[in-house]
Amino acid sequence: MSNISPIRNTDIEELERIAKRIRYNIVKMIGLAKSGHPGGSLSATDIIVALYYKIMNHDPKNPNKKDRDIFVLSKGHACPALYAVLAELGYFDKEELWRLRKVGALLQGHPSISIPGVEASTGSLGQGFSVAVGIALGCRLDKLNNWVYVLLGDGECQEGQVWEAAMAAYHYKLDNLIGFVDRNRLQIDGCTEDVMSLGDLKEKFRAFGWDVFEIDGHNFKEIIDTVNRAKSLKNGKPKMIIANTVKGKGVSFMEGNVGFHGKAPNEEQLERALKELS
Amino acid sequence: MRYKLGEKKGMRVAYGETLVKLGKELPNLVVLDADLSGSTKTAMFAKAFPDRFFNVGIAEQNMMGMAAGLAITGKIVFASSFAMFATGRAWEQIRNSIAYPNLNVKIVATHSGITVGEDGATHQMTEDIAIMRCIPNMRVISPTDYYETKSVIEWCAKNEGPVYVRMPRRDTETVFSSEEEAKFQFGKGRILEDGSDLTIVATGEMVPEAIKALELLKEDGIEAQLISMATIKPIDEDLIVNSTNDLIVSIEDHNIVGGLGSAIGEIIADHGLKKRLLRIGVRDVFGISGSATDLLRYYGLDGESIYRRILEEIKNK
Repeated sequence: MSNISPIRNTDIEELERIAKRIRYNIVKMIGLAKSGHPGGSLSATDIIVALYYKIMNHDPKNPNKKDRDIFVLSKGHACPALYAVLAELGYFDKEELWRLRKVGALLQGHPSISIPGVEASTGSLGQGFSVAVGIALGCRLDKLNNWVYVLLGDGECQEGQVWEAAMAAYHYKLDNLIGFVDRNRLQIDGCTEDVMSLGDLKEKFRAFGWDVFEIDGHNFKEIIDTVNRAKSLKNGKPKMIIANTVKGKGVSFMEGNVGFHGKAPNEEQLERALKELS
Repeated sequence: MRYKLGEKKGMRVAYGETLVKLGKELPNLVVLDADLSGSTKTAMFAKAFPDRFFNVGIAEQNMMGMAAGLAITGKIVFASSFAMFATGRAWEQIRNSIAYPNLNVKIVATHSGITVGEDGATHQMTEDIAIMRCIPNMRVISPTDYYETKSVIEWCAKNEGPVYVRMPRRDTETVFSSEEEAKFQFGKGRILEDGSDLTIVATGEMVPEAIKALELLKEDGIEAQLISMATIKPIDEDLIVNSTNDLIVSIEDHNIVGGLGSAIGEIIADHGLKKRLLRIGVRDVFGISGSATDLLRYYGLDGESIYRRILEEIKNK
């Protein structure tokens, strides 16, 4: 089990620098692909960076090591963020990023298990959560002391399967499972609360028997401290961290703009965005 | 006849018994069910290996996702429910979470077809072969009897990748007399009888009915070749291509759209074979309530009805 030392300010600054570089690559890869989901990739970036650079026990040189921590990106459309992180860490050649979504490319439009470092094929919403529950159960059967992380979208929580999975994780007492909801409050058709009210997600997960935390999903200290707290509670309950985020975070004209949920920036927008992230 | 019909025995019982046997050999075998373990017979495994059995409640979509996750951690996963809910309710989970990543999950469903009986249309799955065989990576098996089911389940456990196995609710006559005789060969149809007037291709619980029809035809001097097609995908193309008979009759407890008959029709079309195909099955309608025996007669799927339908076809040639 990886124990995390107290966070120093220098660590935070380093993580912020990394996240900025990751955001630059996310926007660039989607811009070159001329398709993809910048909004939800940018809102999830800091959580994914914190997990892979600070929290998780994993080894790009030995991606299948048995006791590794496992991350499942249930909101699969945010995969540019995951791909950028995996490339930076050396899971595959960084040049692959610039061929995203092209015929014959390694990097598919949504995560595929065929990509080094990707643990589950996801993208059809709700499904990755169940897969993560199954992985957590499998790890426990193997008596591993690792952690399983799963990242959900807030719109994704409208899928009934999410609640089937939530029920099962509680029932099987999977306290090796830590979830995040990327609560950016937007989905393709508009505000989550206008399309289909999610209401108080904290109370909903709590009612399903989970330990629930609420954080600022762009604050590295809060992300890391909260994961540490969640890990320390070996009480038989799965943990859910509701992370309040900003869709399109880091690019001024994408922030809070639902238009960039599933649309790539055009050439002019790409140039502006990359300048902001340089 | 090379094979004689024996006493009625449940394929799902064979499933439960084989799971228990395999559980002893394979410590990484786990079983999931969605609140139907008494009916699917996974309860037999649950009793023997409570730590490796997971009842996920009435939540088939989550069951398939969890099955995928367990397979990712290296488990051999069997996931069971009724054919309707296993394949219908959770189709997209099977496609995206299991088949696309080609995971080691065996979806073994009971209560296929109209012979589910009294529960009626909502529980009579007559589209499962169609919706499973169109998924890449998925193999589809419909065992012939109790003995072959044992061999099929053993094959599933010992071969990597996703498989769909369909079995009926009711007990059916055994076609083989032992497990050794019934030894399953994946992807191979089995010629149970030779005949030069027509070829009957039956699958699963329809094989005993086909044998009854064949015996009646024999009394009329009509010699039918009989093939039991347990693997529906990948189907044994050679058996169909090499058949010298002009008339082929497919028999299945499934919609004639998309099932065994359709699969044979694809072979005939692909190879440009000059053969007539008579598809006997559920003729694109929903089921109704009734006893299995009465329903087989109602839908023309009992031996006697199959015999008469084939006679009619031969006369109208």
